[in-house]
Amino acid sequence: MWGALLIPIVAWQIVELFTPEEIPDTVADKVILLPDADGSVGEVVVRSATGEQTLSSAYGALEVTASGTLESTTETAASVRAAYGNVLDAQPPEPVSLTVYFEAGSSTELTATSLQTIDRLKAVLADRPAPEILVIGHTDTVGDLEDNDSLSRARAQTVVDVISATGVDAASLEASGRGERELLVPTADKVSEPRNRRVEINIR
Amino acid sequence: MKALTQLLFALLAVIALQPWSSAFAADAAGTIKTSRGDAHILRNDTRLPAQVGSTLSTSDRIITGATGAVGITLKDNTRLTAGPNTTLDLNTFRFDKTTHKGALDATVQRGSLAVISGKIAKASPDGVQFHTPTVTLGVRGTEFIIEAGVQ
Repeated sequence: MWGALLIPIVAWQIVELFTPEEIPDTVADKVILLPDADGSVGEVVVRSATGEQTLSSAYGALEVTASGTLESTTETAASVRAAYGNVLDAQPPEPVSLTVYFEAGSSTELTATSLQTIDRLKAVLADRPAPEILVIGHTDTVGDLEDNDSLSRARAQTVVDVISATGVDAASLEASGRGERELLVPTADKVSEPRNRRVEINIR
Repeated sequence: MKALTQLLFALLAVIALQPWSSAFAADAAGTIKTSRGDAHILRNDTRLPAQVGSTLSTSDRIITGATGAVGITLKDNTRLTAGPNTTLDLNTFRFDKTTHKGALDATVQRGSLAVISGKIAKASPDGVQFHTPTVTLGVRGTEFIIEAGVQ
């Protein structure tokens, strides 16, 4: 009777002996989804040799083992800051787009509110490393096409002169005029529209 | 006079046929905006300092040391930030300024990379891919961190 009990135990131990020891499958890589600056959250699809998972919630994370196993984990704003603060602090500033508006027919006279935008432009340029600046002038549909091409270029040049006067060391500064060819507010021909008399300034 | 004209045409032809590479950075993919500690660009086996204002091209490799970090803004406004002890390869970058379509492909061989996606990810979602030695990431307009070789 005791013999019958013993046999299964021995048999189990033999099986145990012959089971190969598990090869450690350590975490190799990690992916963490962060909320965008505006608070919204996008998606990252992560594919390994053995699977695919989608990250779609803020601070959701995946640990990937050397063999490709994907394991879900969760981080927090604090844990990400602790582990990757030195990376996040080195991120380039967000590209900025500004628009200034001009008085009717003028290539030099800005609207009163646009003077404040010029102050903002100067502030942005003052602490931006190696700024790349693109200036695009526009007109409304008063006047003919060719005159408006010239006027839009002159408006762009006014903004370029303001930028140059700040003494900023730009990595690049490009200007162009689009005349009445890219209306912000679509209108018929010969329509005075303040919102179309503008210069767009894109700073990267 | 005829010889002079021919010479002039020959000169013009030589100028016209110049590849856009050397002098013009027309194919620049982006510009380095921040650089900390030990950081450089490996381009065609040449080590260049990764300085603020340096331009980055397809096939460039960014390498940082223990105290290094490099922040890059690409032409489509994608922002890539390589952390310390990182090797980052920019495999592909194409961007159409008008349609905002294009392709971006980069590999984090080791270390960490913070990504804020740009215009390509919105216009060509399937055109943006990041890799590590073990995974491939597809991006749907967002921010994230990749770490390759977790300690």
